[in-house]
Amino acid sequence: MSEGTLYDKVWDRHRVTQLPTGQDQLFVGLHLVHEVTSPQAFGMLKERGQEIAFPERTHATVDHIVPTGNRDRPYRDEAAESMMAELEANVRGSGIDFSDPDSGDQGIVHVIGPEQGLTQPGMTIVCGDSHTSTHGAFGALAFGIGTSQIRDVLATGCVAMEKQKVRKIEVTGELGEGVTAKDVILTIIGELGTDGGVGYVYEYAGEAIEDLGMEGRMSICNMSIEGGARAGYVNPDETTYEWLRWTDAFEDDSEGFERLKPYWESIRTDDDAEYDDVVTIDGSAIEPTVTWGTTPGQTAGITGPIPDPEDLPEEDRDTAWRAQKHMRVEPGDTMEGYDIDVAFLGSCTNARLKDLREAAAFVEGRKVDDDVRAMVVPGSQRVRDAAEAEGLDAVFKEAGFDWREPGCSMCLGMNDDQLEGDEASASSSNRNFVGRQGSKNGRTVLMSPIMVAAAAVTGEVTDVREMEEVATV
Amino acid sequence: MSSPEFSDGEAPAEKVTEVSGTGIPVRGNDIDTDQIIPARFMKVVTFDGLGQFSFFDQRFDDEDNEKDHPFNDGKYRGANVLVVNANFGCGSSREHAPQALMRWGIDAVVGESFAEIFAGNCLALGVPTVTADQDDIEALQDHVEANPDAEIDIDVAAETIIYDDAVIDATVHDAQRKALVEGVWDTTALMGANEGAVRETARSLPYVPAEHIPGDEA
Repeated sequence: MSEGTLYDKVWDRHRVTQLPTGQDQLFVGLHLVHEVTSPQAFGMLKERGQEIAFPERTHATVDHIVPTGNRDRPYRDEAAESMMAELEANVRGSGIDFSDPDSGDQGIVHVIGPEQGLTQPGMTIVCGDSHTSTHGAFGALAFGIGTSQIRDVLATGCVAMEKQKVRKIEVTGELGEGVTAKDVILTIIGELGTDGGVGYVYEYAGEAIEDLGMEGRMSICNMSIEGGARAGYVNPDETTYEWLRWTDAFEDDSEGFERLKPYWESIRTDDDAEYDDVVTIDGSAIEPTVTWGTTPGQTAGITGPIPDPEDLPEEDRDTAWRAQKHMRVEPGDTMEGYDIDVAFLGSCTNARLKDLREAAAFVEGRKVDDDVRAMVVPGSQRVRDAAEAEGLDAVFKEAGFDWREPGCSMCLGMNDDQLEGDEASASSSNRNFVGRQGSKNGRTVLMSPIMVAAAAVTGEVTDVREMEEVATV
Repeated sequence: MSSPEFSDGEAPAEKVTEVSGTGIPVRGNDIDTDQIIPARFMKVVTFDGLGQFSFFDQRFDDEDNEKDHPFNDGKYRGANVLVVNANFGCGSSREHAPQALMRWGIDAVVGESFAEIFAGNCLALGVPTVTADQDDIEALQDHVEANPDAEIDIDVAAETIIYDDAVIDATVHDAQRKALVEGVWDTTALMGANEGAVRETARSLPYVPAEHIPGDEA
């Protein structure tokens, strides 16, 4: 068993008691709520005549179904309207803060928590959404839960869980030019597999991780679940504190900041901590990485070959055959040159200001390929506003991108933003599952925001490093 | 046993000690929750009626014609034991996935391995997720295909799957087994009983102000 890790410490601080099942009852420090997975939980609570235990530790937003175009109410999509109305009815008068579209604070739940300073080190954070692992970037213990567990949290402020093992993933060295956090996590999942993390929490460490800003750390922790790990985290450090200092939580409360800092420091993993497993990855060897298949673990470096399923471990072959048939790719080829129809820059993995800045810097002076429909969906209204203040929207629009309102959008196709037919998309999102982006014949290639920008411009999967020289026209 | 119902907040949940019935095999590793229930069917505010959308995009083509899929095959009608392969239920946390399967009529899922959130969501519904070795699972899938009317008996407490003359040595995760066998899988009721200790924990955390703890407001 692990000892002295951040996971052990945060777990112990939040452990209420042991339940008869052998699970621990954990206090939840922050419960984030969105419209898709919560209505049934509120319903069950009502049915049982129970109250919300800690409304002030709960925060809601709307992201999955919200339109990214015309947002006039009622929404044109009746189902979306009814879900929004249900959420409004559930949170109104409950004491739960709601970052709704009129507040100017609306956005993807995993973008708004960190930007408002709701997400802090040493917290337990849950949400009915598997990408809750994102918040681990701040040294929080954050994981996705199902709707019955949402009911648990609403009613008791707690979740029932078993403690897991801790795997340290040390990414050494410096990342190369054109290589981002997204490439790091795609490489990690490619190496450890989509179920390699089942039963584990991932601690990301090493020079390449420490050098990342908070946005990059969030991209990495976000996709922990794609590797099977329900939670992933990075130990908090000065980079973390610098971000927190200027969020809503602390910008006018330096006293509160100083008061909490010792706690944040105290939950950092000890130097002599024990892990259940340690994996080392050479960060300097990572290249821009993309998926070739239909799971986030089916990845290849942009110059690396798509594997022959016959060369894979026996249990991976069948999935690989099916994936290659769906994607229409051949073993031995690289993904470079794979034709794309859609470029999607958005999602809780990669739609923060830094992602948009980097993509815009690449796009400036270039044009989206005539055969590509390209869109940027900022992660939140604040990201949108900040990007617009810098003129990023103008850069994207000038190049031919559609500049849209914040939401989950084409990451999972629950609003109008969907692939059609067998369109192929270059996507900065997190899942390339069959049907994920709204069309069961659609094809998704996951990649970093700058790689999406490059693909949008050339109309095919492109090694962004090859284009660097003409980047500043 | 019959499908478990939600208990109310007061009563303990139903004990799920065994599941018996006929099987239905869905083969393939890494079957994700988007395949189990596509996101477009989640634009609902209740779980009612989700059963019919189980594996929808695997079962119907673009013109809504039925494709080859066990869930379309009449020989498995009435089956309540789903037999799957590795990493079943990976992907999103949507409880809609096990809800859809349960409402289709599935009372237990047997497989090589399960994604964690999916298994937790199944437990919250009183649906056991039972694991066994790859060879045993594949043999069971073959058997079910050849004998769709054959009875399968899952003993949750003893961790066995019995069919024909075979006894599979299976695994039901410790906490899950305890919760099901003792009927304590309704964690809302279980945890609600510890209200005092919850407050104490909240008070001990430096980031939780007193005014966020109902009853503790100054």
